[in-house]
Amino acid sequence: MLCRTANDLYWASRHMERAENTARLIDVTLRMALLPERYDRGKAEAAPWRRALDALGIADTVRERYGIIDGDTVLKHLLLAADNPSSVYSCLRAAREAARAQRVAITAEMYEDLNASWLEMRGNSWARIHGDGISNLLEWIKSRSASFRGVTIGTLGRGEGYHFLQLGAFIERADWAIRLLDIAGSQHNGDAQESQDAADYFRWSALLQSLSAFETYRRLYRESVSAQNVAELMLLQESNPRSLLTCTHTLHNVLQTLAGGEAMEAVRRAGALSAQSRYARIDEVLGNGLEAWLQDAMTRLTGLGEEIHRQFMVSTDIAQTAQAQSQSAA
Amino acid sequence: MPNGFDEMHDLDGAVRPHYQVFDHWLQSTPEAQIARKRREAEIAFHRVGITFSVYGEDSGNERLIPFDLVPRIVPAGEWRMLEAGLRQRVHALNLFLDDVYGEQRILREGIVPRELVLNNSAYRLEMRGIRVPGGTWSHISGIDLVRAGDGAYYVLEDNLRVPSGVSYMLENRRMMARLTPELFNRQQIAPVERYPDALLEILREAAPGGIDNPVVAVLTPGSANSAYFEHAFLAQQMGVELVEGADLFVRDSSVYARTTRGPQRVHVIYRRINDEYLDPSVFRPDSLLGVPGLFDAYRAGRVALANAPGTGVGDDKSVYPYVPEMIRFYLSEDPILHNVPTYQLRREDDLRYTLDHLAELVVKEVHGAGGYGMLVGPASTKAEIEEFRQRILARPDNYIAQPTLSLSTCPTFVESGLAPRHIDLRPYILCGRRIHVIPGGLTRVALREGSLVVNSSQGGGTKDTWVLEGGA
Repeated sequence: MLCRTANDLYWASRHMERAENTARLIDVTLRMALLPERYDRGKAEAAPWRRALDALGIADTVRERYGIIDGDTVLKHLLLAADNPSSVYSCLRAAREAARAQRVAITAEMYEDLNASWLEMRGNSWARIHGDGISNLLEWIKSRSASFRGVTIGTLGRGEGYHFLQLGAFIERADWAIRLLDIAGSQHNGDAQESQDAADYFRWSALLQSLSAFETYRRLYRESVSAQNVAELMLLQESNPRSLLTCTHTLHNVLQTLAGGEAMEAVRRAGALSAQSRYARIDEVLGNGLEAWLQDAMTRLTGLGEEIHRQFMVSTDIAQTAQAQSQSAA
Repeated sequence: MPNGFDEMHDLDGAVRPHYQVFDHWLQSTPEAQIARKRREAEIAFHRVGITFSVYGEDSGNERLIPFDLVPRIVPAGEWRMLEAGLRQRVHALNLFLDDVYGEQRILREGIVPRELVLNNSAYRLEMRGIRVPGGTWSHISGIDLVRAGDGAYYVLEDNLRVPSGVSYMLENRRMMARLTPELFNRQQIAPVERYPDALLEILREAAPGGIDNPVVAVLTPGSANSAYFEHAFLAQQMGVELVEGADLFVRDSSVYARTTRGPQRVHVIYRRINDEYLDPSVFRPDSLLGVPGLFDAYRAGRVALANAPGTGVGDDKSVYPYVPEMIRFYLSEDPILHNVPTYQLRREDDLRYTLDHLAELVVKEVHGAGGYGMLVGPASTKAEIEEFRQRILARPDNYIAQPTLSLSTCPTFVESGLAPRHIDLRPYILCGRRIHVIPGGLTRVALREGSLVVNSSQGGGTKDTWVLEGGA
């Protein structure tokens, strides 16, 4: 398969997954913004929205561009901004363009599905979204992502193309598992113990709901919602389809298939990352500091993404030329 | 202007024999059902995305080329003549190309004026002296035919560079088989479905010697190109890679594709980009579409290009008047298909005649294509004719003129119902070890009443083309 094809497929599914997770991020943020001020210091200053932007590392960009950070600016930026390459609008456009360029490598139904999503998104406006209600749009985005995933699973042959679509989706989903846990964990509670408990419950359950994981939680833990259990569910539980373990385990499997027995750095990295989630204990993770653990996982995940790119999407002739140039420059 | 030849009805209005099965279907099918089928076709074409994008429009606005439910039907006997004529013409054109880049016998003997070929902007000096495998220069040819008022077929032009439209031939057939399967049972219609298979066969035959299992790729300018759908479609139908210039590189005079498993040799390239853009180190240096070093690899015989660079000199409108002479010269046969009588304005007599009769003639630029840069005298205002006269006078050798042919008509669905509209026909001819003439082609229809311009860029539509088997 051409490097360009692998790259386009990887990014088509990555962008769809990103759109879906952006919808989920907005969902959890909207829910948190419902919490009264005394449970959430700084709420009046739009703290939930700032935290959402911090999770994406774009708070400064948004502040510079719009002058202020409030609910509406964040929503516009994440949903509709054509100049934000990660907005839902841009994601659907990029996924559709990649699919159009790779029509030969995917099924007609996959292209039609992405084309339909893009054509509808293109006709959206802030006034219309506001009129119909944000929730409807978020549901629509999630269902478009589900539709593409379903059409892919149901129609595309299990070849290299399928594997690269899988890689893109699961790298992106792993990334969000870490980010979403990070925002819910970084909220500053009010002071009173009573309000702290209530706030804890509220924010963790909001996170579970936005990830459609509330039912899974109830089935697994049969007890009240706690930070420790949610973190375990998000990071270490194989039964959660969006957990870091599920994502990294899938990445490892797919990469092993692609490597076909060949020793490959990407396989090693994915295996190590998957083992780190599989054999960790949540009490140890929290005991040593959740934030540091998440930071480390994110670094490794980013490294894995770069390694996948280097292994499959850059032709060896270009890699050699670049290497030769950097050597002669040195 | 004489009345056009009606493909379906004779002069008395009776249905011609080869249209009788279709006519019976048309008369016995309720109007509402036909309307439903037409809608179904439109929806299906949109869904599959058989569209062409128009330059300058938003990438979301790919346009649909209108499809018409009434097929063009060619009786078996007529097709036998056309097939023999196409085979002969394409054979001679390949011999001509091989000659003008080789020995130049036809120039030495004065059959075709030397300067017309050697000073032609489509003549590639870089190809001089190159021997192409099997002497095949134009592997894929599309010959545009029209039928005039007298019922005779004429060749309007030859397309030997990167002829397009074959995906419509295939998709239109698929659509008709889906909408009117009963018609395929009631008569024998020659299949066109084998085209991608025959294309793959001739491409593999073009591979450099000594390669057992050649790797074939389709080279496209990319998804912004108006014919991108067709490039993707053909690659998919043949099961080969669709590549852009940046996917290929040349090392040690061999062409490689950049794949997830490292560089992979490519032996045959069906290129859908023009000569000028193939290789920035030889042709246009600003081309971002091509592959640096490609021409070097080609010259070294390490990769095959289909069609060969330089075929444009064979389909140039200034060379066109000489094709009948080529057939006599190379094959010692009489041409089976006729040219439209053509005035060459570089000749004084022809120029004088043309300037006196502009209102009756069609004037074309010799290098023009796609229905641009031409004058259709009878359909133009005085002012337009005068403006064109100045353009001709400034550069007479840039133009040819032909009598305005009344293209044949075929009943076509328009807003008011069925009405006659002008059509042409582009059959496709594939040259490998054998010459394959695909029984059918792309029928284009001018949807505006009275219009003679069938190009899709000018609002033309398409029809399925049925070649009947058996009978006259």
